[in-house]
Amino acid sequence: MPDPTESVSQAAAPDEALLAELARLIVSALNLDIKPEEIQPDVALYGEGLGLDSIDILEVALAVSKHFGVQLRADNENNVAIFRSLRSLADFVAANRSA
Amino acid sequence: MARLPLIAHRSPESVVAWRDGQPISAARYLADVQGAAAAMPGRGHVLNVCSDRYRFAVGLGAAMLRGQITLMPPDHTPETVRQLRGFAADLYCLADKAGGDINLPQFDFPLNEAAPAGPLRVPEIDAQQGCAIVFTSGSTGRPEPHAKRWGALVRNVVGEAARLDLLAHQDRVVVATVPPQHMYGFESSVLVAMQSGAAFDAGRPFYPADICATLARIDAPRVLVITPFHLRTLLAEVALLPQLEMIVCATAPLSPQLAREAELRSGAPLLEIYGCTETGQLATRRSTRTSEWEPLPDVRIEARDGQAWASGGHVERATPLSDIIETTAGGRFVLHGRSADVVNLAGKRSSLAYLSHQLNSIEGVEDGVFYLPDDVPDDGVARLAAFVVAPGLTRAALLGELRRRIDSVFLPRPLVLVDALPRAATGKLPRPALAELAAAQVRRRGQLA
Repeated sequence: MPDPTESVSQAAAPDEALLAELARLIVSALNLDIKPEEIQPDVALYGEGLGLDSIDILEVALAVSKHFGVQLRADNENNVAIFRSLRSLADFVAANRSA
Repeated sequence: MARLPLIAHRSPESVVAWRDGQPISAARYLADVQGAAAAMPGRGHVLNVCSDRYRFAVGLGAAMLRGQITLMPPDHTPETVRQLRGFAADLYCLADKAGGDINLPQFDFPLNEAAPAGPLRVPEIDAQQGCAIVFTSGSTGRPEPHAKRWGALVRNVVGEAARLDLLAHQDRVVVATVPPQHMYGFESSVLVAMQSGAAFDAGRPFYPADICATLARIDAPRVLVITPFHLRTLLAEVALLPQLEMIVCATAPLSPQLAREAELRSGAPLLEIYGCTETGQLATRRSTRTSEWEPLPDVRIEARDGQAWASGGHVERATPLSDIIETTAGGRFVLHGRSADVVNLAGKRSSLAYLSHQLNSIEGVEDGVFYLPDDVPDDGVARLAAFVVAPGLTRAALLGELRRRIDSVFLPRPLVLVDALPRAATGKLPRPALAELAAAQVRRRGQLA
């Protein structure tokens, strides 16, 4: 029987490959004028950081859904905590993607 | 003098709104309105930023009982809020969570425990009373106010409710992805339900899965009020839509393919609405059947000397429109795009002149201009470019300053620093020259990638 705590800790620590994959996905989905490796894992994706807005976030959510089979949810538009940073998005995808 | 009821609901148990899958009765709504009206500060103007649509509607009703006018600016950037304070010195902010960085006296949404009792007594509001002032970004850097009187608003949304079939189906619930603070969401979710006897949902679902979950929680026939961009992502992500009675779409013309797809997948008719902040809703069309727009009752849309005008019906003064129209038979019309200076991105409208004015107001900017590329994706959102002469300023600093002044949807992508703008001898910036600058930028990107 798998140890549940082990799978949680794995999910909570997305690997570099997933971070890089998500960065590529964001740059291509939004046609951004930067290289994927320029997106720092802990810099805010919206507002002052990378500057994404709610339209971008819907586009990225769609790309994430198509690519990883993970549907994003929020209580409302202001609740976009998943998009706090590349790392928080990766955490969410790692925890919810189908194995 | 004519007085018009706040809501069209006639019995205490009639449902005004749904929240988290629970109906809210007309009696509860009116008790909440009375409670909020008693608690509100004695000021003349309110910025109602409640994100819960029900609380927005309570705040709106309470403000009207107190004779206060609800201000609806196009965004809440610090610069816009500063301008609003200049417009109305007694302005305060009604918020249902921390009003964040809005620099106004804050009034937290009051919790009302009082149980409603007795027969339903619906307050009546003078038709001439000012209800809201909606702002568009003018071309000179100052937001332009458009006053909305209660009588005109009611007439507008009752006309709309007839098209949406809500007057005959008061059991329907409107779920909207647009905020109540935007003219489309204000009329087509909150007011259209209040004035038809139907209901609206308090939420504002964002991700496609949220939209489906919100619809699934409502145990009543549902109408979805949405924008083209949101509808496109919904259809792209969700295989099976919940059953709907109608889809209502506005803010930008929908592509015929997406309209057909939406009707096929939902089994519901899709109704597009045409309107603008200045006039409210003006016309509707069943997009899978016709490209012609049918004006709301008594509304006239005409082209005079190359300029389109709206008048009649709820439109109190003949108003110029920023779209290019062609009238057809029976008062109907077709749209042929927007006038050159107007930009409309994801339901937010501005003008290139306004945005360029804001850019040139930044200290250190010697010259600058916003540019809208020609290739707009179907049902997608075009992004603006900006070319700026600002020696000594970085792109990050410029974007930071712009963020304080304009809605983020208009932030330029890319913002290109140049040595000089290609101004003609007259000082004008010919569009082909800007297009060439933009193309050069795309080529440069291609080489970098």
